[in-house]
Amino acid sequence: MSSNLHEPGLAVHCEDLTVSYAARPVLWDIDVDIPPGVMAAIVGPNGAGKSTLIKSILGLVRPTAGHITILGRPYKDQRRRVGYVPQRSSVDWDFPTTAIDVVMMGLYGQLGWFRRPGTKERQKASDALARVGMLDFADRQISQLSGGQQQRVFLARALVQDAEVYFLDEPMAGVDATTERAIVAILHALRDAGKTVIVVHHDLQTVRTYFDWMVILNVRVIAQGPVRDIYNADNLRRAYGGQVALLDRDKVLGETG
Amino acid sequence: MTMLAFLSDFTIQNVMAGAALLGIVSGVLGSFAVLRKQSLLGDTLSHAALPGICIGFLIAGVRDLPVLLAGALVTGAVAALLMVALTRTTRLKTDAGLGIALSLSFAVGIVLLTHIQATGGAGHGGLESFLFGQAAAILRSDIYVMAAIGAVALALVMAFWKEFKLVSFDPDYARTLGLPVLALDVTITVTIALAVVIGLQMVGVVLMAAMVVAPAAAARQWSNRLGTMVALAALFGMASGLFGALVSATARGLSTGPLIVLAASAIVLVSLAIAPGRGMVWEWLQRLKDRRALPSRRVLSTLYRLAAEHGNPAYPAEQTMLDAYHGTSTARGLERLKARGLVARAAHAPEFTPHWVLTPSGITEAEALLGHPNEDENQ
Repeated sequence: MSSNLHEPGLAVHCEDLTVSYAARPVLWDIDVDIPPGVMAAIVGPNGAGKSTLIKSILGLVRPTAGHITILGRPYKDQRRRVGYVPQRSSVDWDFPTTAIDVVMMGLYGQLGWFRRPGTKERQKASDALARVGMLDFADRQISQLSGGQQQRVFLARALVQDAEVYFLDEPMAGVDATTERAIVAILHALRDAGKTVIVVHHDLQTVRTYFDWMVILNVRVIAQGPVRDIYNADNLRRAYGGQVALLDRDKVLGETG
Repeated sequence: MTMLAFLSDFTIQNVMAGAALLGIVSGVLGSFAVLRKQSLLGDTLSHAALPGICIGFLIAGVRDLPVLLAGALVTGAVAALLMVALTRTTRLKTDAGLGIALSLSFAVGIVLLTHIQATGGAGHGGLESFLFGQAAAILRSDIYVMAAIGAVALALVMAFWKEFKLVSFDPDYARTLGLPVLALDVTITVTIALAVVIGLQMVGVVLMAAMVVAPAAAARQWSNRLGTMVALAALFGMASGLFGALVSATARGLSTGPLIVLAASAIVLVSLAIAPGRGMVWEWLQRLKDRRALPSRRVLSTLYRLAAEHGNPAYPAEQTMLDAYHGTSTARGLERLKARGLVARAAHAPEFTPHWVLTPSGITEAEALLGHPNEDENQ
């Protein structure tokens, strides 16, 4: 069996990956390897291809070239082991449904055709809502939730998938400080339970406190590895160019600067 | 004619059954079209039905309803696929793609229709009635055809309920779960086409789009659950259908299809105005209530801060001081708070002026107002 596996020791393995939209490369011939059991940040300036990388790993965007494996196999064979939290802005929150209903959607893949979610699924969804501190809002219509609460519902929907590798696309964008702390605590708990957590992140100031692994991206991979080894002024300047000077230099670079 | 005799009239029974059927099915499928922001899809599918009806007639040689509707379904689907192809391969957006598919197929339909009328002699069988619908011409056998198509459409919705819901809400996520999103998209579109086809004979290709959009748009106003919304849309669609059928049967010279559409539109207007939570009147009342509650809320939080400042939950605040702080009389706000049991009058010797203290429930209320700023975000 293991002879069929390609790089089974890696949670995510991308090799020679190129993705282009309308002939313009968004990701250019990149190799990304993320070991299991880490909490990894994917950072880079706007248009660096951060979301595109996640979407091509999940099969939502077709790569122009290259191949990707998750825990040694292509994504389509590993769906049950992968959880996904899309950007909050990717859906219309005015859709007529409740928080718990959205969370139960995480189980639709496991349920299979023609089976409706029942008591067992409702219980799992309630447990996931409780983990993100949203149980009291289970029967709220989703447009009546604040941005942070909506983000937590999305996180609960991924938790209910009970995956081994989680992908989150900007989960901390536009949420209040309380929610950000709650989300980070949950993600740390997942990592401590041996799961791999991969997050598209936009806030350089928090990378060192939240993450232990990072991939610095700008169409190509600028650097990847443990945060303590690659989080330095040189790498950030190569990715962000002049933009990094606009950030508060001391806060962003700290003692490494 | 008595009511009983009226209702047992064979033609009227047919018309009512057909109208109710088309209302139910278009309400249910219209819900998905509206939620997927594809309201124009109904318009395209119904206009694209016209060439199909004509081609069906040319093949069958007679006005055979199943063949005509099969033709309508095929050309509707072709138009929908043309739209998908246009938006995927060019820079056209969905609305432009739908608009092009709509006008192109309707033009083809009109060309075919005039050709049949010019060459078909007596046999052309009044295909132009499909433009605006002709309820009175409906036969019992037509009703069976409509019922069979409706049953298929509703069965598809029941069978793929959770998949349709997820694909409508979050298609990318559905793909990561392994759902065949493209196939489901096609299934939803074809099912909407089935709903459109049911209404062609009664409402016609021009107005059928309204039956896809109107009941669903009205139902969305009244419910925050997909299941309830779909059930309400079916109910609204059926009610509009029955209303149109009854009125046109009792009054001379009023045609059924447009009456059905008018009834559905009236339901939409009423729903947009008065539905709780989303209606315009409701929102206006809510704003009015907020504006009236604002002064008393501000007084309550002032009292709370004063009590906190003095380290005394039962701190008696002098009314004139509150007036001075707010720059306006707080008497009405205080009376309103007192009526809700949140504050109470207090004496503070040797002063004889009115003083106020927070009651325990007043403290809870003030803490709720001040304590959780995050909970009110986005509301």
